[in-house]
Amino acid sequence: MSGLRAAPRHAPAQLRSTADLRTLQRLMTHALVRPLAAGDRTPKQWIDGRRTTAEVVGEFIKPNATLTAVERIEIYHRVYWFRLIGAATDDCPGLQALLGPRKFERLIRAYLAKCPSRSFTLRDLCSRLPEFVRRFPSLSRPQAAAARAIARFEWAQTEAFDGPSWPPLTAAQIQRVPAPQLRVSLQPYLSLHEFDYPVDRYVLAVKERSALRSAASNAREGELPADPVKQRRTLPPPRREKTYLAVHRFENRLYYKRLDPAQYRILLALQAGQTIATALARGGRRIQPAVVQEWFATWMRLGWLCRRVRGKAVPVREQ
Amino acid sequence: MPANRFNRFTEYGIGIGLRVPHYAHILEKKPVVDWFEIISENFMVDGGRPLEVLDQILEQYQVVQHGVSMYFGSADKPDRAHLKRLKALVKRTKTPWLSDHLCWGSVDGTYTHDLLPMPYTFAAARRTADKIRQVRDYLEVPICVENVSSYAEYHVSEMTEWEFLSEVTERADCGILLDVNNIYVSAQNHGFNPYDYLNGVPAERVGQMHVAGHTKFEKYILDTHDHPVLDPVWQLYAHATKRCGVTATLLEWDDKIPSFGEVHDEALKANAFIAEAEAGSARSEIALHL
Repeated sequence: MSGLRAAPRHAPAQLRSTADLRTLQRLMTHALVRPLAAGDRTPKQWIDGRRTTAEVVGEFIKPNATLTAVERIEIYHRVYWFRLIGAATDDCPGLQALLGPRKFERLIRAYLAKCPSRSFTLRDLCSRLPEFVRRFPSLSRPQAAAARAIARFEWAQTEAFDGPSWPPLTAAQIQRVPAPQLRVSLQPYLSLHEFDYPVDRYVLAVKERSALRSAASNAREGELPADPVKQRRTLPPPRREKTYLAVHRFENRLYYKRLDPAQYRILLALQAGQTIATALARGGRRIQPAVVQEWFATWMRLGWLCRRVRGKAVPVREQ
Repeated sequence: MPANRFNRFTEYGIGIGLRVPHYAHILEKKPVVDWFEIISENFMVDGGRPLEVLDQILEQYQVVQHGVSMYFGSADKPDRAHLKRLKALVKRTKTPWLSDHLCWGSVDGTYTHDLLPMPYTFAAARRTADKIRQVRDYLEVPICVENVSSYAEYHVSEMTEWEFLSEVTERADCGILLDVNNIYVSAQNHGFNPYDYLNGVPAERVGQMHVAGHTKFEKYILDTHDHPVLDPVWQLYAHATKRCGVTATLLEWDDKIPSFGEVHDEALKANAFIAEAEAGSARSEIALHL
């Protein structure tokens, strides 16, 4: 999952070319992205298992009067891990509440060790976390299934927050084309989800609890339990419940909207490029036309529907 | 000589960083601020709330873009998709100049999200200067590169940091964002005299300055941006202002962010040093005419 090439065996003795610069930078990156050892220290053994870290780092970093070469690299090593763990914690409050702070941090450390950042922005840091949680269930047991759902839900929120949008369809545009031939698309920031857990209620409860704790802490510091294990006990893990959700934004605020299973199927078909007629058929025969009309009216008010031309939606950046 | 070609001859005054905890205050109260510095990466998105806020800010204020991920010193080539996004933002903000750091932070497309120090060699300076020129030519906006604070030095280095900064900026013909707090932090960590650094920098290239707070640990100092500016840093700033002339100045406060008013008041302390430098400059001019 990482594009980082293998660590060079030695640092360049002199830096005469871009290739030398790359060698040095590759070696130092390996020194930073490797997991921290116990006590958040730089491990004594180098990643090849044969040499000491002091031998390798000492080849390219100078010691000074107060710090060894390894201690100097350790400053960057710790900053790297603390910064990235902090960013992931900010993005995944629900997953952290579900697993508890310690297990969550273990999961994130394992994730970052396997999937170092491939993007210039920390916004994308958790883009591969849902897949990682799915592939390594042992890291989130006994809540592995709920953890999968919450990881997916929280990444969908990141995408909905600042993803691209297209001009929404107007009623007049819809009326110009007969329904059987009309194909519409959904906003690219909108995602549709079928979960086995009520992740929306759970994450809302987490956020409300956090806001309450913050307010209470300001009033009377230390009144609420500081022990993370005790805090976790106050919010039980979610129980299984089939939940259909649209994660979206409206007037640039993030929302999640519960969907009826028929709504979910219709929207999924529209997102896949089906005609409205085909999408409605996916919804089932029992739905009254008046009900469907009301659904479409709501989706249009929310700006979810947009135009599709020759099988592709029309992308327009927000101005 | 208050402005130069690296900041498009603007006289921007004292700015502060645009940060999320202050959005509501700024949009509602519309306080008088000379300019805001934005972190480019926070707005290199496709839509949503960040761009909505930015557009509202742009209606009222002058904005300068400051980046944290261009990594001019990385051996990797500039990423085209990244540059394209950045150019779209440059067009949106009409930033008079754009700054990023003289550092590296990624290799093989893996990002550390840190500002890692450069090896101070001629080969690295050539490579870095080439990259700055490429970016400037693509973005069509003056570039200022910022000196970073550092905690480590390389055996392969062939010159001092300020010599490297001069070498790169002369080769790239670009400006300097002189971070006086970073000079102080690095001086303490590496044992050099910060005034040697200041006196070694090509003053005519300094298009912007940064001041910030830092944190002292037992064996080193960390550039934390979570405190008011400490006195030795203000003294360095005063010296830099005397040497470079009055320059667009920005206070960085990125962690444990206090109220907007507190941050702005701290930034405005720079005015006292600017006034002192201006008075000194006026005295010198009078002396020349006598």
